[in-house]
Amino acid sequence: MKTLKNEMTCRFSALSENESFARSLAVSFASGASPTITQLADIKCAVSEAVTNAIVHAYPDGGGTVTLSMKHYEGGLIVIAVKDNGIGIPDVTAAREPLYTTDTTGERSGMGFAIMESMMDKLAVRSKEGRGTTVTMKIKVGT
Amino acid sequence: MECSVTHTLTGSELTLAVSGEIDHHNARQLRRKIDESLYYYRPKSVALDLSDVAFMDSSGLGLILGRFTLARELGGVLKIVDPSENVSKILDLAGTGRLIKIEKTALKGSTK
Repeated sequence: MKTLKNEMTCRFSALSENESFARSLAVSFASGASPTITQLADIKCAVSEAVTNAIVHAYPDGGGTVTLSMKHYEGGLIVIAVKDNGIGIPDVTAAREPLYTTDTTGERSGMGFAIMESMMDKLAVRSKEGRGTTVTMKIKVGT
Repeated sequence: MECSVTHTLTGSELTLAVSGEIDHHNARQLRRKIDESLYYYRPKSVALDLSDVAFMDSSGLGLILGRFTLARELGGVLKIVDPSENVSKILDLAGTGRLIKIEKTALKGSTK
């Protein structure tokens, strides 16, 4: 097991104005692991996707919180977890398919998970209906 | 970071220059402003200038696809102009270029 060098956890209201806050927080934390500019941009985007998913889908009746946790291990491994306690995802396999969206307005691309998957080294989605969803992403940073 | 859009009409082409970060939060406001311009001018050609967009996630993709559809419904064609490097990555991942023309001009090289 690699040594944990740094960690942080932040819980915030599931409000869309907190999407940029979560991105900034992720970039600030990840910067300490000396990532490349591209890796930092990928972390920023993947966190934005995961947090937006939680804000858009987890709490259809409003309210709720999202928890962003990040851990930096020796060797440049960063583990990111985005957790909500919302309604959960009924079919995670379908939700991870590119272009899958429950939106009917034509304003959502359904590319969120596909983008997270392409930008991170590993992506895991754990969800239980009525209990919530946790998206865990791993990326090894540095040159 | 806030997001803004400015519009310039040259002949039958409407240029919409977006700056800032396009996420789900900002997309709502942007959508309203862009749609107002599209309905007002009903241009034959729409150039969506993304050279000043520092960040975009899949919410931006949804915004672009929605505006592409609206422009077409109003009798026009929408193209993307000078997407920054970060934006290009998202557009490429989604294969946007197969549906929407992406133009890179010589004057505005992508530096972001």
